[in-house]
Amino acid sequence: MEFFRIRRDIRFMRHAMVLNAISFITFAAAVFFIATRGLHLSVEFTGGTLVEVEYAQTADINRTRANVEALGLGEVQVQKFGTSRDVLIRMPVRGEVKQAELSSRVFEALCSAEQGRTSIKQYTTPQGEQVSRPACDAAGGEPVTLKRTEFVGPSVGAELYENGAYALLATIAGIMMYLAFRFEWKFAVAGIVANLHDVIIILGFFAFFQWEFSLAVLAAVLAVLGYSVNESVVIFDRVRESFRKYRKMSTSETIDHAITSTISRTVITHGSTLMMVVSMLVFGGPTLFYFALALTIGILFGIYSSVFVAAAIVMWLGVKREDLVKTTTGRDVDPDDPNAGAVV
Amino acid sequence: MNRYPWWKYAILAITLLVGLVYTLPNFFGEAPAVQVSSAKATLKVDAALVPRIEQVLVGAGIKPDFVQLEGSSVRARFFDTDTQIKAKDAITKALNPEADNPSYIVALNLVSRSPAWLSRAHAMPMYLGLDLRGGVHFLMQVDMKSALTKRAESLTGDIRTLLREKNIRHAGVRRDGNTVELRFREAATLTTARNLLSDQMPDLAWAESSDGAELKLVGTLKPEAARRVQDQALKQNITTLHNRVNELGVAEPVIAQQGVDRVVVQLPGVQDTAKAKDIIGRTATLELRMVNDSTEAQEALRGNGPVPFGSDRFVERGGAPLIVFRQVQLTGENLTDAQPGFDGQTQEPAVHLTLDAKGSRVFRDLTRENIGKRMAILLFEKGKGEVVTAPVIRSEIGGGRVQISGRMTTTEAADVSLLLRAGSLAAPMEIIEERTIGPSLGAENITKGFNSVLYGFIAIAVFMCLYYMVFGVFSTLALAFNLLLLIALLSMLQATLTLPGIAAIALVLGMAIDSNVLINERVREELRGGAAPQQAISVGYERAFGTIFDSNITTLIAGLALLAFGSGPVRGFAVVHCLGILTSMLSSVMFSRGLVNLWYGRQKRLKGVSIGQVWKPAPPAGPTRPAVKA
Repeated sequence: MEFFRIRRDIRFMRHAMVLNAISFITFAAAVFFIATRGLHLSVEFTGGTLVEVEYAQTADINRTRANVEALGLGEVQVQKFGTSRDVLIRMPVRGEVKQAELSSRVFEALCSAEQGRTSIKQYTTPQGEQVSRPACDAAGGEPVTLKRTEFVGPSVGAELYENGAYALLATIAGIMMYLAFRFEWKFAVAGIVANLHDVIIILGFFAFFQWEFSLAVLAAVLAVLGYSVNESVVIFDRVRESFRKYRKMSTSETIDHAITSTISRTVITHGSTLMMVVSMLVFGGPTLFYFALALTIGILFGIYSSVFVAAAIVMWLGVKREDLVKTTTGRDVDPDDPNAGAVV
Repeated sequence: MNRYPWWKYAILAITLLVGLVYTLPNFFGEAPAVQVSSAKATLKVDAALVPRIEQVLVGAGIKPDFVQLEGSSVRARFFDTDTQIKAKDAITKALNPEADNPSYIVALNLVSRSPAWLSRAHAMPMYLGLDLRGGVHFLMQVDMKSALTKRAESLTGDIRTLLREKNIRHAGVRRDGNTVELRFREAATLTTARNLLSDQMPDLAWAESSDGAELKLVGTLKPEAARRVQDQALKQNITTLHNRVNELGVAEPVIAQQGVDRVVVQLPGVQDTAKAKDIIGRTATLELRMVNDSTEAQEALRGNGPVPFGSDRFVERGGAPLIVFRQVQLTGENLTDAQPGFDGQTQEPAVHLTLDAKGSRVFRDLTRENIGKRMAILLFEKGKGEVVTAPVIRSEIGGGRVQISGRMTTTEAADVSLLLRAGSLAAPMEIIEERTIGPSLGAENITKGFNSVLYGFIAIAVFMCLYYMVFGVFSTLALAFNLLLLIALLSMLQATLTLPGIAAIALVLGMAIDSNVLINERVREELRGGAAPQQAISVGYERAFGTIFDSNITTLIAGLALLAFGSGPVRGFAVVHCLGILTSMLSSVMFSRGLVNLWYGRQKRLKGVSIGQVWKPAPPAGPTRPAVKA
């Protein structure tokens, strides 16, 4: 089996203009959405309280929302989470409410709405672990159970936001330095521009659909950044090799050749990584969903950007054979070089 | 040319073996166990407890799988939960004769079901994070400003005493924020004072200034002294938290420092945040009262009469009862520090107490009036009091520095000072992050994480085997080896595995296959170029390595940035991500090459390799197609 049977080099660079126009428009749209809609930041970044409850029957979102809003906690978000019985409630930080007690107050309100009373249940699991948890006792068993609560103070949120930005900057700086050391500054610039374009596009998706941007998503974004730079590295490696081997080729032909000879590998590796990520998307449940989603978008755009965008930028930055192939001995001097003269 | 020297195979074999051994405990699951740990700061659990528990179990007719000391607790593993609960009851009855004043915490717990020889090799299953096992997590911020203020307050008192002792006349000593301000009328006194204070108070840096007619001397805590104060405050808070959390009877609580001024508390199995918060936030109180030595009291002690009016009966640590007046002379609020040490003259072990300004004044008056009598220091927790120590007052003590000595060993001195300090938090704490994860959600997360890895792996394996045939099988085996190594490494390091960590495992596997695809594609390309099979394998691996190395470095940079700046869930992701990149370098390059060498390397005249179809373009290639490949 061989998917790619390419007879001759595909002239990617001939279409560089169009390809870059496409990415520029996507990029501009992403920036526009990030600017106008903003990211829907998770509780981790904004600070606040989050409560996840599971109802015994299908949950009635509107009723739950009414119950929580009756507590007067400000702007409360109520939504389904994963299954139809799971409900996620988000509450912002409000000065006058004691955050630490918020989750238990909400659970109490939801429980009494189901004609139940909260109590502390202590038992030993069949595996033999001691557990004590708040429970809602009603006539017909437990109508609602508390699955998870999270409270993040506003100071922690701000700090996480800051650290996230630092991590992004450190990654960008690290990768640029490595590429510059390994290749040439033109490649470093091209590589980072192409991949930042991926990052912005992922963020654009999150802004457009108002998907929740959590710490895990940030981790996914950074992982994608590191991962898709690979792709550029592979192509740059080939460009350098082709410059060495085929002296008669022009720069754009060399780049075309490099892309063509790596395209099979590019698609297959991204495909296999994508298989894993999609598996996470399907089987990972609601907690991993956005994480996997960010990876999926990132990998798809990663292929596009490193193949088409990075190479085109390198070309426009005017990379030359001499940049990569050191002409130290006379033998290596390009005979077509107009500046070539007498060698002492 | 495709042969490995024997030592390379040996390294691979050893790695595989070690990987297998350390991964193994993860498959045995968990068995019910009873864990016994100390409930008191002064009681240490050691190997002597093991035979005692064994005896108790034999007496109750229960046969444990084993009883052993692990860290600071003794664990006994049982076959099923029924035996576990029976054993818990028997052990509790035997070790804690007084139910309302337990010396040991007897808790139910889970331990790995892996055989003893694995535990002896320190092969333990991966340590699961709270999001996988359920529990509660608190992040607490220690209010360092108040710790510094407290320190400045006590220094102010010390300075006052010092100046009085040396007869230096000042126009006022007061604390202003974290600085101490001294006022003087004459420049000469200021200089003497400054010289004295620079000598006696090494923690403060002094600066002179004038405010109209008055001369001022301002002392600021030196940065290193401030750091020490903060460090001590944090340590004391952690100790106090340990003591309090012990009461919850949680099997494996985690209480650790995070950053400079934060404490993490994780309590697996507990979801009852209200009770946990109640206990963590509680303040134990320390009280100083006088001992009632009257004849009625003596009679009451012997059991010949009622406890005199206005007095209570308490038990001193170590067992002897005491009658103590109800009137509280001083509380723990006035105690700023308690440290073990030695008596300056007799070299006996002693406990040094430091009182604040108000405390020292009260204490001086108290000691002047009660020379020859006994005082008692009581620690009240959960509404129950215990006499920590009851020394005899020998002379008037001023200046707020109190020394308790006599009939004490060094360990006792350390224990008493710990108890005196542990009663209170050095600085108030505030919960800034709180998470609870229900037990069912934890189990759900494990299943979901596991399924993502499993199905993703299967999909990749099937594809690789179909597309690259035998080389695909090698790649799949290398990927499996990578997974094995990663799990072994995580088990070995006992790094906390969280759901993002599992996601990182999946992602690492997805990225690791990249290296094998690279290699396989290169080998195919070499074959397409007309290289002989052995040559193609060798060149393919060699050429691919540079690229693999590059790509792993860039991924590692992102991983390290996450590790450096990430916290909480992201950290768990980053740790696994970075480890996974390292293991993938070994597995996809060295291990898969080893397999290929074993399979093909020995055949001298290799006609072809099974790497799927290698398609060759028709001979008249396009104008840009090079005619000759290197």
